[in-house]
Amino acid sequence: MSSADTLEAFKRDGRIVIVGASLAGLRTAEALRDKGFTGSLTMIGDELGEPYDRPPLSKQVLTGWVPADGTVLPRRRDIDAEWLLGVPADGLDLATNHVHLADGREVPFDRMLISTGVRARPWFVEAEAALDGVFVVRTREDAEGLQQAMAAGPSRVLIIGAGFTGSEIASICRERDIAVTVAELAPAPLVGGLGAMIGEVAADIQRAHGVDLRCGVKVTQLEGDAQGHFRRAHFDDGSTVDADVAVVALGGIRNTEWLRDSGLAVGIWGVACDAGCRAFDLNGLVTDDIFVAGDVARCPNPIYEYRFISLEHWANAVEQAEIAAHNMLSAQADRWPHLSIPTFWSIQFGINIKSVGVPTFADEVVVTQGSVPDHRFVAAYGYQGRVTAAVSFNNAKWLDHYRQLIETAAPFPPPCPTPDTPADAKPVPVDFPGPTLLAQGATVVVTGHDPGERRVTAMRQHR
Amino acid sequence: MKVVVDLSRCQGYAQCAFLAPDAFRMHGEEALMYNPNPDDVQREQVLRAAAACPLQAILVDQLEGRDAPVEATPS
Repeated sequence: MSSADTLEAFKRDGRIVIVGASLAGLRTAEALRDKGFTGSLTMIGDELGEPYDRPPLSKQVLTGWVPADGTVLPRRRDIDAEWLLGVPADGLDLATNHVHLADGREVPFDRMLISTGVRARPWFVEAEAALDGVFVVRTREDAEGLQQAMAAGPSRVLIIGAGFTGSEIASICRERDIAVTVAELAPAPLVGGLGAMIGEVAADIQRAHGVDLRCGVKVTQLEGDAQGHFRRAHFDDGSTVDADVAVVALGGIRNTEWLRDSGLAVGIWGVACDAGCRAFDLNGLVTDDIFVAGDVARCPNPIYEYRFISLEHWANAVEQAEIAAHNMLSAQADRWPHLSIPTFWSIQFGINIKSVGVPTFADEVVVTQGSVPDHRFVAAYGYQGRVTAAVSFNNAKWLDHYRQLIETAAPFPPPCPTPDTPADAKPVPVDFPGPTLLAQGATVVVTGHDPGERRVTAMRQHR
Repeated sequence: MKVVVDLSRCQGYAQCAFLAPDAFRMHGEEALMYNPNPDDVQREQVLRAAAACPLQAILVDQLEGRDAPVEATPS
């Protein structure tokens, strides 16, 4: 039988299992059916219910406009799948091609997709995280709980972490006229994603909206009352804040623990894969039947020196789903690379913040058009003299222009495309906090001498 | 009915907010806030808004109006 016959047989009668039934998993399933896959399709997810959209959870749901169960994703088509929901996968056996579920079931496959995404990083002291009034926001249950706590009229909300999610929630608090304190370890909000210059703009905006913004401080303790309700937070500078609600917005943890013994290249950074969404094994060899998409995928991007980049972006999940589905059903020569330029948005304090490219891949930033004091501008990011990213505040219509500059490696700083050239358009250092990933320690050891014997083994961290 | 807007495509032209103001609202100058689960009585308005979007960023459930998929019942 030729490989073309094998592929046709797989498309007709093969078994595909998708682990992670959220945006990336659902869109991959739809695309597989669209592209003519008629075999069996199994959707595995640890949450009950149909796939739902998460971005509205920190916006429309928290304002009280949309109920938390009202963000179920629209379907582009019937996917005729078997759904195994409410049970997480807890293992993957690549020798026999089975996914293990936490309830003991084993699900066989010919090809599979890993789209298990990210979970919220919890507060680091378990007993304090368990206090009433302490929330994270990732699932619809999280959002429902926080919405109810906000509706109950808290004296003050404390938000720990001024990244995008924390800043969006602070914005909702002010919209609902709730007093809010934001605590951030970095010198300004959004610094980790967008650098110091934009961070200063974000800080001004938060303060102008009445946020009690405290930067360069660390929350050291969440204190509860006798009833186990959060009441007070302690900071490392000795100060305290009294509040009824604390929102822990310290980013996410990629859901890769279940793959620890799988022999795939996994770690805190996600599951490494090629530009076609095929997973790498522990040795760095590409696999044929295991694919990755969405927040958990870590994929090389040729535009950015082939560096492995993982992105917790909505559009990235959608685009990788399309690529993964196509490649699952294609022979090697017909496979597509995922070559799109990352895009991201955040809505806060009445401002539409959007980005294109990878702002952290930059050494300089310059405001290229518009006005920073008016909060309507575009800033371009450059690395070694070429444009690598752009961020817009209420100026989204121009981002496509910057996407083209990035794709063509246009020189940095780029000229202003409009008459509203800013008066002092001078590039400044982009100034990101240090690369924390460099401090993680060893993850593997190499054994063997002959090229035919040399193999990588995962190291268990004893910490 | 179920709706999702690809906000990475949305450029804030606000056509949807004019055509279906109960489901789509502008937040500030160009940010869009929308109801992902608008009432079925808004269906015609929402479909018109989706058709009018210059970026074609609005996706409306294609399974609606037919039997709901039984596949999503947890086992």
